[in-house]
Amino acid sequence: MRRAVANRLTPYMFMAPAVVIMVIALLYPLGYMVWGSFRDWDPSQTIGEAEFVGLKNYVTLWHDPNFRESLGVTLSFAFFVVTFEMFIGVGLALLLDRNIRGMSVLRTLFILPMMIAPVVVGLMWRYMYHPTVGTFNRVFEAIGLPKVDWLGTNALMSVIIADIWQWTPFIFILSLAALQSLPRSALEAARIDGATGWQQIIHIKLPLMMPVLIVTGLLRLIDAFKVLEVILVMTEGGPGLSTEILALRISRTATEFRELGVAAAMSNYLLILLLFFTVSMFAFTRWQEMRANRLRTAVEEDE
Amino acid sequence: MPTIHLENLIKRYGDVEVLHGIELEMADNEFTVLVGPSGCGKSTTLRMIAGLEDVTEGEIYIGGKPVSRLEPKDRDLAMVFQDYALYPHMNVARNMSFALRLQKRPQAEIDQKVKAVAATLGLTDYLARKPGELSGGQRQRVAMGRALTRDAGTFLFDEPLSNLDAKLRGQMRAELALMSQRVQKNMIYVTHDQIEAMTLADRIVVMHGGYIQQQGTPEELFKRPVNKFVAGFLGMPPMNFLDGEIVERNAGVFVSGDGFDLRLGDEKAAVAKAHSNKEVILGVRPSDLVFDADASEQESLTLDVMVSEYVGAQSVLLCRCGPAKVMVEVNSETPVALGQRLTFAVNPNGMHLFDRQDEVAI
Ligand SMILES: Nc1ncnc2c1ncn2[C@@H]1O[C@H](COP(=O)(O)OP(=O)(O)OP(=O)(O)O)[C@@H](O)[C@H]1O
Ligand SMILES: [Mg+2]
Repeated sequence: MRRAVANRLTPYMFMAPAVVIMVIALLYPLGYMVWGSFRDWDPSQTIGEAEFVGLKNYVTLWHDPNFRESLGVTLSFAFFVVTFEMFIGVGLALLLDRNIRGMSVLRTLFILPMMIAPVVVGLMWRYMYHPTVGTFNRVFEAIGLPKVDWLGTNALMSVIIADIWQWTPFIFILSLAALQSLPRSALEAARIDGATGWQQIIHIKLPLMMPVLIVTGLLRLIDAFKVLEVILVMTEGGPGLSTEILALRISRTATEFRELGVAAAMSNYLLILLLFFTVSMFAFTRWQEMRANRLRTAVEEDE
Repeated sequence: MPTIHLENLIKRYGDVEVLHGIELEMADNEFTVLVGPSGCGKSTTLRMIAGLEDVTEGEIYIGGKPVSRLEPKDRDLAMVFQDYALYPHMNVARNMSFALRLQKRPQAEIDQKVKAVAATLGLTDYLARKPGELSGGQRQRVAMGRALTRDAGTFLFDEPLSNLDAKLRGQMRAELALMSQRVQKNMIYVTHDQIEAMTLADRIVVMHGGYIQQQGTPEELFKRPVNKFVAGFLGMPPMNFLDGEIVERNAGVFVSGDGFDLRLGDEKAAVAKAHSNKEVILGVRPSDLVFDADASEQESLTLDVMVSEYVGAQSVLLCRCGPAKVMVEVNSETPVALGQRLTFAVNPNGMHLFDRQDEVAI
């Protein structure tokens, strides 16, 4: 009897340390942040001394044009970055999915950017974008093109390009893996059925890769909302607010404006947004699993 | 329909040559079966015809036109794969109509065609289902239907029945035979199952180790195998092989070995005479041995029964003849006890002789 109870408890006992760490490392700070977001809180105060103001921080933020602008920058950054990365990453994967000599070297080269620390990426691109001595403008000058004011008037575009350079490889390797696990004979059947290269891509390859592509896109989207280092190093959010993504604004609100409560509320807005994407990703994978199960049972009933 | 001709077809993967000059001429509307043990190059040959593998040397002619540089889609053929290779994200109707849709045929024509083919294959109720929602046999039919809807000149099959259970396989085999009579196209069919080969083929091509061993009608191959491999490969239960020697005596030409001493029929004797005293292998099919207690010694084998396998109307006896094992097919009514010593008359036309050195028929 006691043994049976002990046996039943064993798995929970094994999980307990992990649960404790999760609670301390994850839930506690999260709760702290939510709690803090309801207060008018200066960094010199402890959280207990700060005055409780209810939803005031959230309401203020909602009407704050700077916050809205920052949110807009974040949304358009995430949108453009993910769209371009998906197109280029998937395109490259489709192009390089063949067995030619030297292809594996090429593939390794393509994923290098992903392995460089973000701060280094930021510094690299800042130098390359430099208005007079930067690589781009020097090249443009050499071939007789007008100079571009990279980190000035075109700052948002410039940081988007840098992010695309860094993160396209992520989409590329995942798409390549998906491509190489496609059923080979179905593609051969399509060739015999008369599909050209393009038609194979449109009618067979892309539809079969779609589940992987959706999850990959969502993962990238979640990540794109959280970028900080590269932009911090390249532009510090400027000029003006043109590249001030939310993560950057949160950190400035906390350190420069010394408004921890507002910063916490802003974090929570971001959290809600991310939660939405995460949940939709899980919902999607869950739906996929259920569909697979349904298919399997349908077949078994038939037999 | 265009005739297909393979001319000295060679395939190498790197330094390894897997096909060593395949020479094959298929007649119009012929059902050709490539058969052979695993790894003999049947699939490679078929895939080269389909255009899925490059031709290393030699040429493939379809309707007199060299096609080895053409894309699969320009060769006017349809193929059924062993794993069916259905498009998992399309329903049955869309699977079957894929080729027609790529050709931009009018929708009405496509619908009508799919409907007609689905009806002949009993797939009408499943048109809206995805391949994942079908059983193995149904998927097999869809694969077949996809090829039929195409209306191509040549049909290629790579072991289309090998993933089905025995009963379904028999059923589909019969349906295939019916279909091949009805549609009148060139068919090239790969299998390692000699029963499929015998029942379906107009012409059987037996392959082994990247070479064609023999080709001809099922009857030709069964009655006059050119070597020991073909003899042993076709026929179930397989042919018995006994080591012996050709001996010429006053009474005639004999093949004699441990436990037997058989007189050859006149026709066989005339040929065998030239090989007097040569070491040979005697091949006798289990069905060419007839239980006959009164048969004389020079036209019969005396065997010790070891095992009897009851398979219904027929039983297969596993017997011993000297050091060799011999299988015999008998009527199940024959009274046989294990350990018994029985005499079986040998059908004189059923004796095959092979040179023991190169295993070529004498
Ligand atoms: N891509 C490849 N690279 C190297 N060798 C290969 C390749 N494909 C096939 N082979 C070799 O070619 C030979 C013939 O293969 P093939 O697939 O034609 O055999 P098969 O007769 O169809 O056999 P099975 O009945 O098992 O399907 C085999 O020995 C195999 O090892
Ligand atoms: Mg094969």
